[in-house]
Amino acid sequence: MADLAVHDPLAGAGTWRRTRARLGVHLALGAFALYYLVPFAVVVLNSFRSLDDIGRHGLLAIPTSFSVAHWATTWNTLCVSGGCAGIAPFFWNSLEMAIPATLISTAFGAVNGYVLSKWRFPGSEALFLLITLGVFMPGQMVLLPWAITLGHLGLSNSIAGLVLIHCVQGLSFTTLFCRNYYINIPDELIRAARIDGAGFWRIFRRIVLPLSPPILIVTVIWQFTGIWNEFLFGVTFSSGTHQPITAALIGLSAAGTSVHQYNVESAAVLIGAAPPLLIYLLGGRYFVRGLTQGAVK
Amino acid sequence: MASLGIRGVTKRFGALAVLENIDLDVEPGEFIVLVGPSGCGKSTLLAMIAGLETPSAGEIRIGGRVVNDVPPKDRDIAMVFQSYALYPTMTVRQNITFGMESRRVPRAQQDAAVARVAALLQIETLLRRRPAQLSGGQRQRVAMGRALVRDPALFLFDEPLSNLDAKLRIEMRTEIKKLHQRLGKTTVYVTHDQVEAMTLASRIAVMHRGRVQQFDRPRIVYERPANMFVAGFMGAPAMNFLAAEVVIADGRPALVLSEGAKSAPLPVPPVGPGVMLRAGRRVVLGIRPETLADAARPHLEPGSAHAVLDGIVEVVEPTGPETMVVVRLGGREVVARFDPDAAPTVGERVSLGVDLAKACLFDPDSERLI
Ligand SMILES: Nc1ncnc2c1ncn2[C@@H]1O[C@H](COP(=O)(O)OP(=O)(O)OP(=O)(O)O)[C@@H](O)[C@H]1O
Ligand SMILES: [Mg+2]
Repeated sequence: MADLAVHDPLAGAGTWRRTRARLGVHLALGAFALYYLVPFAVVVLNSFRSLDDIGRHGLLAIPTSFSVAHWATTWNTLCVSGGCAGIAPFFWNSLEMAIPATLISTAFGAVNGYVLSKWRFPGSEALFLLITLGVFMPGQMVLLPWAITLGHLGLSNSIAGLVLIHCVQGLSFTTLFCRNYYINIPDELIRAARIDGAGFWRIFRRIVLPLSPPILIVTVIWQFTGIWNEFLFGVTFSSGTHQPITAALIGLSAAGTSVHQYNVESAAVLIGAAPPLLIYLLGGRYFVRGLTQGAVK
Repeated sequence: MASLGIRGVTKRFGALAVLENIDLDVEPGEFIVLVGPSGCGKSTLLAMIAGLETPSAGEIRIGGRVVNDVPPKDRDIAMVFQSYALYPTMTVRQNITFGMESRRVPRAQQDAAVARVAALLQIETLLRRRPAQLSGGQRQRVAMGRALVRDPALFLFDEPLSNLDAKLRIEMRTEIKKLHQRLGKTTVYVTHDQVEAMTLASRIAVMHRGRVQQFDRPRIVYERPANMFVAGFMGAPAMNFLAAEVVIADGRPALVLSEGAKSAPLPVPPVGPGVMLRAGRRVVLGIRPETLADAARPHLEPGSAHAVLDGIVEVVEPTGPETMVVVRLGGREVVARFDPDAAPTVGERVSLGVDLAKACLFDPDSERLI
């Protein structure tokens, strides 16, 4: 095309200015990313170094040794939280806690959201406000009430007790997510289904749930990550072999008596961080998409 | 087929009265159109007939049975929504069978019903698609199919054509009329399009401000509108209103226009039985554009009550088959209809022949037809 040949000095200057600006942004972002990733890299590297190597060259050094043996030690025989069966039991504890709590709180959130958006009743808006209040409630405020409740239910120091806590504590978020997503499903869809003879649960199962995967993925990722990483309730309401992995890791750093086995402890920390990281790597894409997507295009 | 009876139905949302004291009696097999401007409560009334909303007062009967406390699924109705409300994650077939599935209709019977409806609406080739893969017209057909498959006592339509383009809308309008002629089901149809109302209805209920203004056959609603609102709402371009006063000429009542437009006293249009017009009474003369036309055109039968008014052309609007002309008569602008061949130009002085046999008189205070 003819106008491509025309030389535009201003256009050239604009391009250079834009390139410079972009370069600056990328450099700044790169610096932040580095700052964020260096500690992670240090932990990863240390988990493969021998204690001797770490002792001689310090924590921040290029590895001169490499072994995966510390990972096996961590998993099977590490002494932590009053036992020497490795980190494995605590890892299973966490899974045993996080999976049911995630599924149950998400299921309740979906049903709550469905009721609060599609089957409103006098006072349902106020109820919704009360439920979302929980989002802003700091965990330490509810420690005492939970201690009393767990004691009454006979669930103190048990995984079941932690599951119960996380189900209830998670309801605020899951309800908020689902309700705000379902509010975008047109009411006429529900009305049509009612005329078609479908009741509360059939409409939920056949109309609302099939539209829900984006928000359910978001909710599951959010809940699982939150519950897995949580340690205040874990430390407060469990001890010994009933602790989730986050609480056990705290015990590790607080041990204080013996010499720190940095390599083994690094591996333990990485094992503790792995599941949420894995979930994010697998589902992060859907997480972002689900947060920005409406129910019906 | 079933009758539908609405007695004294009122609907309030909090303090806001949306519908007040609605009475409608629909005979079995009738096609009733609820028409009115946006927000007048048409959808709300339809939702109450469907059982999706509860009346604040009054009674709704379907087939003689009071259904106020009957849930939608037990009212034996089918409904087509303005947005079509197709279930987005289901195929067309599943959309159509969902109701039967909920009612536990046997599989073989479902298949037969789908085949029948798909053939009727010519959507056989679409059965495996999802709503997102359909055009607007196709979605509309599927929404109709979902209602037709029910074989209900009562059909409810809430502005089913308003999301279609003009051409498709007219096509589907004809199809809906054909379907009704074929199936003969009692139907309540909501629209704010007065042409749709005129073409489809056996009777029209014109609604405004939560009340039924008139409930009658299309022709009566058009020719003898109960009040100035109905007169202005039905018909496009809208009816012309001219202020006038009754005088007695040659011992008979006649009209003189109040605002300018010198003319001989006009003959009085038909009025209701037993109405006596006294001299000096102020009235509003309602003239439809098509009865106000080029005086040279032979639309006035000799001997009928007519008159000629002179005015200046202000705007000329050709529509194709006819040309609408805005004419200033004294202080008032009126719309008259001209043949495209005989259309005047702006600024020209024209003579308009008025067919007063087809005009209406309204009371300026109550706005009711005299
Ligand atoms: N759930 C509700 N709560 C409060 N007001 C409502 C509710 N539903 C409808 N209204 C009000 O009732 C009035 C009538 O609404 P409706 O939907 O029946 O109007 P419509 O005649 O169908 O209008 P349109 O032609 O725009 O569809 C409107 O003023 C509307 O704001
Ligand atoms: Mg409406």
